[in-house]
Amino acid sequence: MRASQGMPKRSPLGAWLDRKQDLFISSILLVVALSAISGLVVITAFIFKEGLPIMLQVGVGKFVSSSDWYPAEGHFGIFPMIMGSLAVTAGALVIGGVLGLGCAVVLTQFCPRWAVSILKPSIELLAGIPSVVYGFIGVVILVPMIRVHLGGPGLSVLASSIVLGIMMLPTVTSISVDALQAVPKAYRDGSIALGATHWQTTRMVILKASRSGLVAAMILGMGRAVGETMAVIMVAGNTLDVPDSILAPVRTLTSNIALEMGYAAGDHRKALFATGVVLFVIIMILNTIALTVSRRRSRRKSGA
Amino acid sequence: MTAQHKIHSKDLNLWYGDFHALKDVSIAVRDRMITAIIGPSGCGKSTLLRCFNRMNDLNAAVRVQGGLFLDGQDCYGARLPLTQLRKRVGMVFQRPNPFPLSIFDNVAYGPRVHGVTGKDRLAEIVEQSLASTALWDVLKDRLWEPALDLSAEQQQRLCISRLVAVEPEVLLMDEPCSALDPIATEHIEELMRTLAEKYTIIIVTHNMQQAARISKETGFMLLGELVEFGQTEQVFTNPRDKRTEDYVTGRYG
Ligand SMILES: Nc1ncnc2c1ncn2[C@@H]1O[C@H](COP(=O)(O)OP(=O)(O)OP(=O)(O)O)[C@@H](O)[C@H]1O
Ligand SMILES: [Mg+2]
Repeated sequence: MRASQGMPKRSPLGAWLDRKQDLFISSILLVVALSAISGLVVITAFIFKEGLPIMLQVGVGKFVSSSDWYPAEGHFGIFPMIMGSLAVTAGALVIGGVLGLGCAVVLTQFCPRWAVSILKPSIELLAGIPSVVYGFIGVVILVPMIRVHLGGPGLSVLASSIVLGIMMLPTVTSISVDALQAVPKAYRDGSIALGATHWQTTRMVILKASRSGLVAAMILGMGRAVGETMAVIMVAGNTLDVPDSILAPVRTLTSNIALEMGYAAGDHRKALFATGVVLFVIIMILNTIALTVSRRRSRRKSGA
Repeated sequence: MTAQHKIHSKDLNLWYGDFHALKDVSIAVRDRMITAIIGPSGCGKSTLLRCFNRMNDLNAAVRVQGGLFLDGQDCYGARLPLTQLRKRVGMVFQRPNPFPLSIFDNVAYGPRVHGVTGKDRLAEIVEQSLASTALWDVLKDRLWEPALDLSAEQQQRLCISRLVAVEPEVLLMDEPCSALDPIATEHIEELMRTLAEKYTIIIVTHNMQQAARISKETGFMLLGELVEFGQTEQVFTNPRDKRTEDYVTGRYG
C-alpha cells in the first residue's frame, strides 16, 4: 500500500525545490546569526586591542592589585574600583535578589491570577525609567537619609547597593515570575495532596523546580548592576579608596570609565579601555560561577 | 454508618461556579478493599474523588454542600485539619507526577513535610516505602538520581511510594494506569491488590475490565449522580438501574 509510506511522494523537481528553499532559508539565518556574533566579536576585539597593551606594559598583576590611580604620573592601579564594583554588585544582589524573588513568589503563589496580570507589567514598566532618575531619587532622598541616620557621607556602598537593587527589581522579578509560572501545576498538586502547606510546597518543590530560571534571573539582574553607570556615579561618592565599610564612598569600574573618558588621552585613555577589559572578565567570571553553581546544584545529592 | 465504612458522604453537592457537577452523592466506602468508580467522561468521577481529600478547595470557584466523613469524623470540621486530612487520604494522579528531585527526596518529602527529620529515620521510611511498591531492589543503588529519569511505570510506583511514606489510610487513584502500557498496568493492578490489604483504595477508571478485575465494590456515575453502588459483580452482571446496564454492556455513548 502506497499510503502506508506516510509521506506523500513528491516529483524529483518538487523535492529539489524543497531542498533549495530549505537551503536558502537556512543560509539567510546563518548570515543573520553570524553578523550578530561577529558584531560582538568585533567589539570585544576592539576593547582588548585598545586595553591589553597598556595592561601588559604596567603588568597585569600590578594593574589589578595596585591602589595607585594617578593617570597623570602614569600610575594605573584599579584595585579599589574592582573592589567597589564587587561590593556594590554584591549589595545590590542581596537587596534586589531577595526583594525580587520574594515579590515573584508572592505574585505567583499567593495572588490570584488576575492580580499577577496587572502587577507584573507594572513592575516591568519600572525598567523603562531612565537610570538618571533612579540616581536623582537616590541623591535627594536616600543619601541624606543614610547620612543623618547611619552616619558617613551618605554617598556610599549602601546607597549604591539600594539604588542598584531597586533598579534590578524589574528584571529579577519578571524573569523569576516566568520561571515560577512555568512549574507544572502537577508538582504543586502532588505536594498539596501529601498534606503539605502552600508555603512548604513553594519552598520545597516549586523553588527547587524553577531553580535554573531563578538563577538566570539573578545573573541577568547582576549583569544590570555590574554594568550600571549613571545612577552609581550619582550616589557612590566616587573616591579612589577601597571601601572599608558599607557607609564608605566607592568608585566602580564603570564609573571610572565614564568619569574620565571625557578628558583622557594617550596612556590614560588606554588604561580606561583596560578597565573595560577587566570589567569584561569579571562579568564572564561571575556568569560562569553562577552557571556552574546552578548546574552543580541540580546534580547534587540533595539529601540534606 | 457502620464502623467498617472508612469514608462516607451524605447528599454531597458540588458546583463549579453555576455548573452543578455533583448531585446528592451519598456513598459509603468500606475499609481495606478496592472500590472502583466508573462512568462516562465528564460525569464527575474525578470531582468526587477530589472531594475526599478536599483538593477541590484549591479552586476558588468551587462550592460544596453536604456531609463528608472519614471514620465518622466530619472532613470539614475543625477537629480534622486540612493537612491532616490529606495526610490520611492520599492521592495518586492520572499522570505520574514525581517532583523534580532525587528518588530519595521524593519519598522523603511527605515525612519531612510532616515533621520527620532524623536522617536514619528518613532512610528507613524510604526503604520501607520503596519496598512496599517493589521498587527498593531495583532502585536502592540509584536513590540520588533524578526521579524524572525513571520509566513511566516506575514513576507511578514512586508516586505511590511517596504516598505510602506518610502512612495514609486511604489511597485515591484517578485513572492511575491511563498513562501506562498494558504490562505496566497489570503490574500496578497487582500492586493495588497487595496494598488493599492495608489501605482503603478508591480508584477511578475508564476501563471497565479493570474495575471488574480489581474492585470489590463499584459505583457508577452519570451526569453528576451516583446512579448505582454495590458489589462489583452485581453491578456488572445484574445491575439494578437501566442506565448502569446500558453503560456496562457498552450501549451508552
Ligand atoms: N475546574 C473546573 N471548572 C469548571 N468545570 C469543571 C472543572 N473541572 C471539571 N469540571 C466539569 O465538571 C464535570 C465533571 O468533571 P470531572 O473531571 O469530575 O469528570 P470525570 O468523570 O473525571 O471525567 P473524565 O473521565 O474525562 O476524567 C465536567 O462536566 C467538567 O466539565
Ligand atoms: Mg477524570
